[in-house]
Amino acid sequence: MDDQEIKRILEALVFASERPLLVNEIKDVMAEVDSRKIRDLLEELKTEYQNRDNSFKLVEVAGGFQFCTDPSYSAWLKKLYKARHAERLTGPSMETLAIIAYKQPMTRAEIEALRGVNVDGVIKTLLDRKLIRIMGRREVIGRPIIYGTTSQFLEYFGLNDLSQLPKLEEFSAEALEGLKTGEGNEQSQEPAQEN
Amino acid sequence: MSYKVKLDIFEGPLDLLLYLIKKEELDIYDIPISKITEQYLQYLEFLKLLDLDIAGDFLVMAATLMHIKSKMLLPPDELAQEEEEQDPREELVRRLLEYKKFKEAASSLRDLEQRRMGIFTRTSTPQEFVEASGEEYFEVSLFDLINAFSKALKDVPKELFQEIIKDEFTVEQKIHDFYHMLVEQPVIYLSELFGKAKNKPEVIVIFLAVLELIRLKEITVRQKSMFGDIEIVRNAEKIRPQATDKG
Repeated sequence: MDDQEIKRILEALVFASERPLLVNEIKDVMAEVDSRKIRDLLEELKTEYQNRDNSFKLVEVAGGFQFCTDPSYSAWLKKLYKARHAERLTGPSMETLAIIAYKQPMTRAEIEALRGVNVDGVIKTLLDRKLIRIMGRREVIGRPIIYGTTSQFLEYFGLNDLSQLPKLEEFSAEALEGLKTGEGNEQSQEPAQEN
Repeated sequence: MSYKVKLDIFEGPLDLLLYLIKKEELDIYDIPISKITEQYLQYLEFLKLLDLDIAGDFLVMAATLMHIKSKMLLPPDELAQEEEEQDPREELVRRLLEYKKFKEAASSLRDLEQRRMGIFTRTSTPQEFVEASGEEYFEVSLFDLINAFSKALKDVPKELFQEIIKDEFTVEQKIHDFYHMLVEQPVIYLSELFGKAKNKPEVIVIFLAVLELIRLKEITVRQKSMFGDIEIVRNAEKIRPQATDKG
């Protein structure tokens, strides 16, 4: 590999990394190139970016290399941070959403039975944010509304389709059956052993 | 009491039970029913003390727990049929496990959400850098706050407990005080705030003030470790250094 090519690879590695990349780490990936060369080429890259009219530079920070935006753009970035952080779903909303996602379609009553608490406010929030929608009504007494997730839901979590949802951790049914029937449980007050 | 804190509790009895199980490191497949009932009822007492709106579900669960407890205290029925006696806790444990499944799923979804939002960024100023790369914080739930509150109540000097909050400390006043504190210091420990209390009513008022500030989104709370010290962080947008008096 010639120097140009190595430089491009270094550039790609640093760009893709979420945090400063150490020369050692780069060496792990590019075993054939010696550390001295890696460092020299990174320095060259650094200068190239310095001379370019970019809003970000190649910087050495915390012992590693990283692309960093120029401080003069901080105000804009802060706005982005705030906006994104403010949009995060709350715990209860996330839990309710998880239930709907995995078990859809579900009625309000079914969700509440599972969560053990009223979900009116949360459902409204999720509807407002278009993460869930009304899918119709269940044809039973009362004809309750059933809810399901939307395509925005998939987009929000970066999923292609529902099959990509993280797998549910099923609890073991046997462990449940093996519950001790309570003898000795009330006498001893200390917590039981970890399963 | 003039100031009423309105707090919607979206966390329910199952959340509280799972919280207690985690905190006390209990075995969910063999829950010590007396212990958990006792703790559960204590938390309910705190909620009532703070005059927060308790959902009926909490009370139903309290009754359920006591019912299970009484069943377990009964001697085994000699007249029982050959069929196995069901453990009185089984239904509750099943519900807890079922719900726990989704709590864990929610946690995975949270990771996806974070990744999607690109919370990891390539920024330039040291402070932003720390936020992006460094400290991991845990979310603080209402029960964590109540936990801190109960500790503070224990530590405060004993005094004749007064039912009505005296006008000596009002919630409005505390909110005002904390607001000013936060102007100087962006991060304060909750235990620090409680430490200044001289008696129980003051602890309660401090707690209500903190809840209200959270509700108004003037502050957020976080903790570095599960069940660790709770930090109060000012919302930079709302509370600025050198803010003029907001009375």
